[in-house]
Amino acid sequence: MATEHRARPSPPFFASLVTAGTFLLLYIPLFVLVTYSFVQTDLDGNSSFTWNWYYEAVADSSLQQALWMSLMVGVWSTLGATLLGTTAALALERTDFPGKKIFDALTLVPLIVPEIVMALSLLIWFVILKISLGGISIVLAHITFSFSYVIITVRTRLADFDHSLEEAARDLGATPWKTFWKVTFPLIWPGILSGALMAFTLSFDDFLITFFTAGVGSDTLPVKLYSMIKFGISPKINALSTLILLATALLVLMIFRPKRSMKTISKESGETSVPDALKALG
Amino acid sequence: MSSQKSRTRYKLVPPIALPTMGWMLWFLMIPMGIVLIYSLVMKGIYGGIVWQMTFENYERAFDWLYLKIFLQSLKLALLTAISCLLIGYPMAYVIATANQKYRSALLILLIIPFWTNFVVRTYALKVLFSEQGPLNAAAMALGFFSEPISFSNSYGMVWIGMVTNYLPYMVLPLYVSIEKFDFSLLEAGRDLGASSWNNFWKVLVPLTKPGIITGFILVFTPALGEFLIPDLLGGARSMLMGNLITEQFLKMRDWPFGSALSIILMSIVLISLVIVIRVWMKEEQTKVEAEAAHGH
Repeated sequence: MATEHRARPSPPFFASLVTAGTFLLLYIPLFVLVTYSFVQTDLDGNSSFTWNWYYEAVADSSLQQALWMSLMVGVWSTLGATLLGTTAALALERTDFPGKKIFDALTLVPLIVPEIVMALSLLIWFVILKISLGGISIVLAHITFSFSYVIITVRTRLADFDHSLEEAARDLGATPWKTFWKVTFPLIWPGILSGALMAFTLSFDDFLITFFTAGVGSDTLPVKLYSMIKFGISPKINALSTLILLATALLVLMIFRPKRSMKTISKESGETSVPDALKALG
Repeated sequence: MSSQKSRTRYKLVPPIALPTMGWMLWFLMIPMGIVLIYSLVMKGIYGGIVWQMTFENYERAFDWLYLKIFLQSLKLALLTAISCLLIGYPMAYVIATANQKYRSALLILLIIPFWTNFVVRTYALKVLFSEQGPLNAAAMALGFFSEPISFSNSYGMVWIGMVTNYLPYMVLPLYVSIEKFDFSLLEAGRDLGASSWNNFWKVLVPLTKPGIITGFILVFTPALGEFLIPDLLGGARSMLMGNLITEQFLKMRDWPFGSALSIILMSIVLISLVIVIRVWMKEEQTKVEAEAAHGH
């Protein structure tokens, strides 16, 4: 970007203050949670260090089951959402057809509809269709709310790259099918990947839609966590939350490795991750 | 656009668009249409319905008891979006103007809580502000008060929860807008004698408006239908629309009334979106007209 190398003004003091204060507000609760997960208090009120809550959390079979459910739902819904999102993105960027504008606008609906409305509309629909509430209904629901994000990341990628490459392949006699696999796909692969990653994260994080569409015994991790919290604050929840927090932090650091992200933040056309994630939001 | 050329024209619909179209029809449009239908029929026993058209569900929703909850939700969602904007704008500015090394570090710091599970984040706040929590313990140790205060079960707590949870939705689009902003414009403004306030209000804000609008919508919409934060942090007394709807569906089994409530929620969201976009378009319009009048 042209403005990149120009000097940027230093922010006013109060802005830095607000930023620092807000980061504290965002991190203090998480820090407290982590600390509490290692503390054991005996009857006299003395506190000591312990790993006990972690042992308990890991050994809890209902938590293991919930984790497995979350992973399975995540994988299947990511597959579905990526397939739907990629094909729709190709249709929107590479073809013209009557009613395309309407289709385009409708793909944004899942981003605008309040989560709770989507949740209950799917609940009613599954009950009418007699789809039993469980793993399958959750996967169907998750695909429905996440494919739009894949469309956005893949479209961004498709719009960015040089069309003449595809045209050249066609001119040289490649079939559309071959052009796609040999030219288009390798170029949009990073967009598909980051879309898929986003779909998985959305699925793994989702609470409300799963809460409505999960049946008895098909709790995912967030839903299980919620019912544990409703039951009462227990140190085991702190340990479990810390583990989830750790997994998240590792994932984020892995994806937005400082070296790579510096490049990608400064160059729109760069790798994937940050800009694509941001574009998906904006 | 040059891309227009290479687009394949289809008389009907390209086969590649069919799966997603089908999915959207079957799992998005039809279910939402059914919510509309359900909102207009009578409640049967055990979550069932009776096929008889009625406006009773809507009439019931306009009872003062429920109207109060709508207004409270609307107020809280607006307050959350405005708070996020006031906090998020300076933050986005700091991040966008930081040098490259710090910038990615700050972005990662912002993204980690954003990617952390929503339930975990809300629970963390619950622990921090609980009566036996560290905040009360610290305040008592410092002698601010002698008895632990209960922060939970209040709208204030729900507000704190919403702002901390939704803040990244505001900061990220704002960051994208400010990042693209050409800072030499501010220098030009200063050289032409603009005060820093004028420079901010008349140059930076108008040019980063897309970020402001996006951020506002991204915070306001989910905040309006929020269930989890008021449920975990607010307690029974601070019920919002999301909780009311959830209760109708999962506890009271009154699906027609719950459907009517969610149609009302959808309408409020849509009306707000239209207002926000209209206001924005109008300003753009007057700007264009003003420029035209100046002979550009």
